[in-house]
Amino acid sequence: MTTITFGKAINEGLRRALADDDTVVLMGEDIGTLGGVFRITDGLKAEFGEHRVVDTPLSEAGIVGTAVGLAYRGFRPVVEIQFDGFVYPAFDQIVAQVAKLHYRSRGTVRMPMVIRIPFGGGIGAAEHHSESPEAYFTHTAGLRVIACSNPADAYVMIRQAIASDDPVVFLEPKRRYHVKGEVDLEANLADARPMGVATTVAAGDDVTLVTYGALVQTAKDAATAAAEDDVSIEVIDLRSLAPVDYATIEASVRRTGRLVVAHEAGEQGGVGAEIAASITERCFDFLEAAPVRVTGHDIPYPPAKLEQYHLPDLDRILDGVDRALGRPNSLSEVDA
Amino acid sequence: MTPSDREATGLLTRPDDLVRLLDATGRRHANPEFDPWVADVDVDALVDLHREMVVVRRLDAEATALQRQGELALWPPLAGQEAAQIGSARALHDDDFVFSSYREHAIAWLRGVRPDELLSVWRGAAASGWDPYEKRMAIPNIIIGAQSLHAVGWAMGAKWEASSAASIAYFGDGATSEGDVNEALVFASSFDAPVVFFCQNNGWAISEPVGLQSKQPLARRADGFGMPGIRVDGNDVLAVLAVTRWALDRARRGEGPAFIEAVTYRMGPHTTADDPKRYRTDDDLAEWRERDPITRLHAFLAASGADMEAVDADAKAAADRAAAELRAGITAIPDPEPMSVFDHVYAEPNSHLERQRDRYARYLAMFDESAEGAR
Repeated sequence: MTTITFGKAINEGLRRALADDDTVVLMGEDIGTLGGVFRITDGLKAEFGEHRVVDTPLSEAGIVGTAVGLAYRGFRPVVEIQFDGFVYPAFDQIVAQVAKLHYRSRGTVRMPMVIRIPFGGGIGAAEHHSESPEAYFTHTAGLRVIACSNPADAYVMIRQAIASDDPVVFLEPKRRYHVKGEVDLEANLADARPMGVATTVAAGDDVTLVTYGALVQTAKDAATAAAEDDVSIEVIDLRSLAPVDYATIEASVRRTGRLVVAHEAGEQGGVGAEIAASITERCFDFLEAAPVRVTGHDIPYPPAKLEQYHLPDLDRILDGVDRALGRPNSLSEVDA
Repeated sequence: MTPSDREATGLLTRPDDLVRLLDATGRRHANPEFDPWVADVDVDALVDLHREMVVVRRLDAEATALQRQGELALWPPLAGQEAAQIGSARALHDDDFVFSSYREHAIAWLRGVRPDELLSVWRGAAASGWDPYEKRMAIPNIIIGAQSLHAVGWAMGAKWEASSAASIAYFGDGATSEGDVNEALVFASSFDAPVVFFCQNNGWAISEPVGLQSKQPLARRADGFGMPGIRVDGNDVLAVLAVTRWALDRARRGEGPAFIEAVTYRMGPHTTADDPKRYRTDDDLAEWRERDPITRLHAFLAASGADMEAVDADAKAAADRAAAELRAGITAIPDPEPMSVFDHVYAEPNSHLERQRDRYARYLAMFDESAEGAR
């Protein structure tokens, strides 16, 4: 075990993938000489060369579109979109080409592409640098959508995503890039938990709290705080947003009878809406209360000095838990 | 492009010149720059080009008729663009790779795509018709210009792998306004990718004339991206063959991308759902009928002393065979199985879709049971 940061874990995962498979090629803006604006690809160009770690012109559609051509040729491109809010120029290539080519080609053309996107807020950034665009991609058939939450997972899951024969949108919670954790750099993919499987990161009996990305740590902190109040929260790190590991959530909700889903993205049409609906369909008879969503507001991402009023934090998550448990909460009078 | 750049590319032609080896009457014009690229094209090769143009025109007419008969949902005719497509496709090597739009039926034909493979998509029976790796031609793209980036990525990979193959991106005049095409030109230039941009300027993007896309010859755009641009008479199969060979050859030799604007005309509608009478006149069409790509090669062959009776009989027989194959092929295309709607969404098992598939299968099975119960 080695203690490294989240960002370094992805760097090591990319290094390992580049070393293990000659068809892996990294593409993106500033990822070569600079090592990426977050230094996630630091040192990789020097180690593997400019044809394996490619600084591209500033064109997201160009990056993803040329990666499609490389995948057609048998490469496994790993593209970096510099910030979440910059992915939209590539949206057509992702939705109409990357996601659909396996289907459109009747299985003859594979798109083993990873689209890495640092996502989410909490770093006091400028506009378009703090978004959570995951629902656009979870709504798109043909894509897998992954959000990792800790260094150990990041190291394994980036390699699993690269090894996948399906295209993966790989969301990295940028505000956790500097968090340290223990990582087993010798970890073998064959023994690793599949990236499509969720992880129960805190056991509990009273309510199931599902989240992903940066909010996993917030949810664990909420569980710790609630325990002092004799409320037992089970926290599930979703890890895969598409497809969702409903078996894990279902098993938990059948015990707790209560579900809270939290994410930074807005509420409407979000991952939480999908999970709330699906769990209601699957576990209706086990539910003691309506599922609760704790999400960002349905607003454009606000200026940095307002983001604390937008992002779900520990207290808002606990308020959601209180709603699920029927304890006094911010909406008690409204509901009454 | 500066004069010295032009010298470096070995290109004397300016992008607003029109490279033409055969004029509309079939008269051969000497061109010291491009004649060498077709020096090997003897009468037999010209007869072959003529036959293939006759065949694809016939296939196109048959497909249009099949759409009228309800056998195809839609068909985008290529009529008028036979020389641009046959000439450029003849320039390709077997290991080159084609990324095309949706009107490149003649390219597909020369890549060995069978008529039923060509038609299954337009019949609505399949998402695509052929294996791209077998034909060395990607499945066509309806999203305008999107494939140009794929061609560049493929070519970047070819270069990194030190392959001698090149890719070619086919798109139309309308596509030159798309971001993807412009971004493809940037990437191709920056990475010296062995790719040829082949723009068939057929005058129209559905109802919009090319003047709405560009105020100047499209080939001039190449200059701004740092690559040579050539305007060729797209109805002159010999000139198209020459310039495409030139562009592919320099790409293969590591000299980077080139842009070809083949000036041609879409004689028919955009698709069988279009009505060109709403936006262009019969006079426009008549003018282009005078420049028919097949007529001029026919005239040149006749003037070259070919046995035209044999040429015509041979071409007609080939077209008849292809048409018969097409008509037999269309009815042989099976209707897809209902549950195949779920096939190939993912390459790997996907728990969400498997559940949805199982549930839909149960739903469909309900009708089987009721049918049995009724008996």
